[in-house]
Amino acid sequence: MKKIELNNVSVSYIVGDFSNRGLKDVVIQKLKGQSTEKKFIAVKNVTFAIEEGELLGIVGTNGAGKSTLCKVISGIMRPTEGTMAVRGNIASLLELGTGFDPDLTVKENTFLRGAMLGYTRDFMNKTYGSIIEFAELQEFEDRKFSHLSSGMKSRLAFSIACLVKPEILILDEVLSVGDGAFRQKSEQKMLEIIKGGATTLLVSHSLDQIRRMATKVLWLDKGQQIAFGETKEICDRYAEFLASK
Amino acid sequence: MLDAVKKFTEAVSKQRFLFEELVKRDFKKKYKRTILGMLWSLISPLMQLLVMAIVFTKFFARDNPHYIIYLFAGNLTYSFFKDSTYGGMNALMQNAGIITKINLPKYMFLLSKNVASLINFGLTLVIFFIFVAVDGVAFHFRFLMMIYPILCLIIFNIGCGFILSALFVIFKDVQYLYDIFTLMLMYLSAIFYYTDDYSEKIQHLFYLNPLYVYITYIRHLIIDGYIPGLPTHALCLFYALAALGIGALIYKKYNYKFMYYM
Repeated sequence: MKKIELNNVSVSYIVGDFSNRGLKDVVIQKLKGQSTEKKFIAVKNVTFAIEEGELLGIVGTNGAGKSTLCKVISGIMRPTEGTMAVRGNIASLLELGTGFDPDLTVKENTFLRGAMLGYTRDFMNKTYGSIIEFAELQEFEDRKFSHLSSGMKSRLAFSIACLVKPEILILDEVLSVGDGAFRQKSEQKMLEIIKGGATTLLVSHSLDQIRRMATKVLWLDKGQQIAFGETKEICDRYAEFLASK
Repeated sequence: MLDAVKKFTEAVSKQRFLFEELVKRDFKKKYKRTILGMLWSLISPLMQLLVMAIVFTKFFARDNPHYIIYLFAGNLTYSFFKDSTYGGMNALMQNAGIITKINLPKYMFLLSKNVASLINFGLTLVIFFIFVAVDGVAFHFRFLMMIYPILCLIIFNIGCGFILSALFVIFKDVQYLYDIFTLMLMYLSAIFYYTDDYSEKIQHLFYLNPLYVYITYIRHLIIDGYIPGLPTHALCLFYALAALGIGALIYKKYNYKFMYYM
């Protein structure tokens, strides 16, 4: 069964500096007849479908729309045009470390994140031990989250998302976390999950990693879909493209 | 059928888990894990009450018995509204890091904030009834009707929280405008003065202020000794549902647009 299907999906959003924009600025802009809101098309006409158990590698240079696409598939954003079908519960790891609360302890954060990812309390009670063990943070359970090193934070985030057996896993630039040993361990864990039938989306700048793990590859450039297909062929073309730049 | 029921209960239990964890987080953050933290948030309305009592008793208490209860009823309601809506206003922006990364029902953040304010309000309410008893107002079963304006107020607060949090995402100066607004609201809610001296027309105008309606309900119940009539009940409910309705509509419309402005 097709787990993720996208048909001609385009995503546009409004960009501008909103971090400090107030009501008065909007009124002034209206009076002057200028608008700082610009429409920006981040993803244009993307079409692909992947089956259960496949791992889709997404490659592209910065600003290609990879993260936006991940956000659309994980349901945070909606496609502006086109249709999309995603079947199964999703665990997405978009930018590790965000969404944790610095003032809460590691244990509290683990439960909070578990709840956010859509797991039940029973399930978290059962898996909590193995999550902490996998993240190698047994001695830090009751430490404040802000006291962890960035590597530890990523390890925790990765462990929570992986040990909870999602049907669909979205990994945006997260496998390059931790030291070499943990990286190896996390890759192994990933393969285990994929073998267990999870469908995975992997965004990575490491072409090696994509070659090793992906069953299909999607190549985006400036929001446009350049190619979608077999790993080897697309990776070769992408490597060539990178070399020619 | 059985499958659908099972799916539904599972969805509810997941939402409940998330809700409980969010409440715990907000509670811990608000009180910094100390008993003193909680004490402080109780002291603040009491200090306000004390200052108002010192200043205004001279002017109003002569003709009005139970002036301190009158004052407290107003202050209690206003403080709850203010605390709850300020928390609500920040609910989306404070969780921007989560909202832009994980797909969750956004109203959860607002509701969890409201629980923290509600607990605070509950504690103040206990002190209020201690004051009522000390001031010599005998307990009456009529007092149980307090639950009605309080429920309406909770809904009203949530509704206002929806509206404010949405506005705050889009317009960052809303927080300053709201400061001014709440200050004006305080003076317009007849917290420390009586409306009897105004003409009848103006007295009616006071009912345009939802907070005044809720405060008046409670005062009638506790001090004046009667349950307000049906129109007051209808008005209480109307303001609550109007705020909630508008708020829910805004959330529905902007659900996927909020993140662009975060």
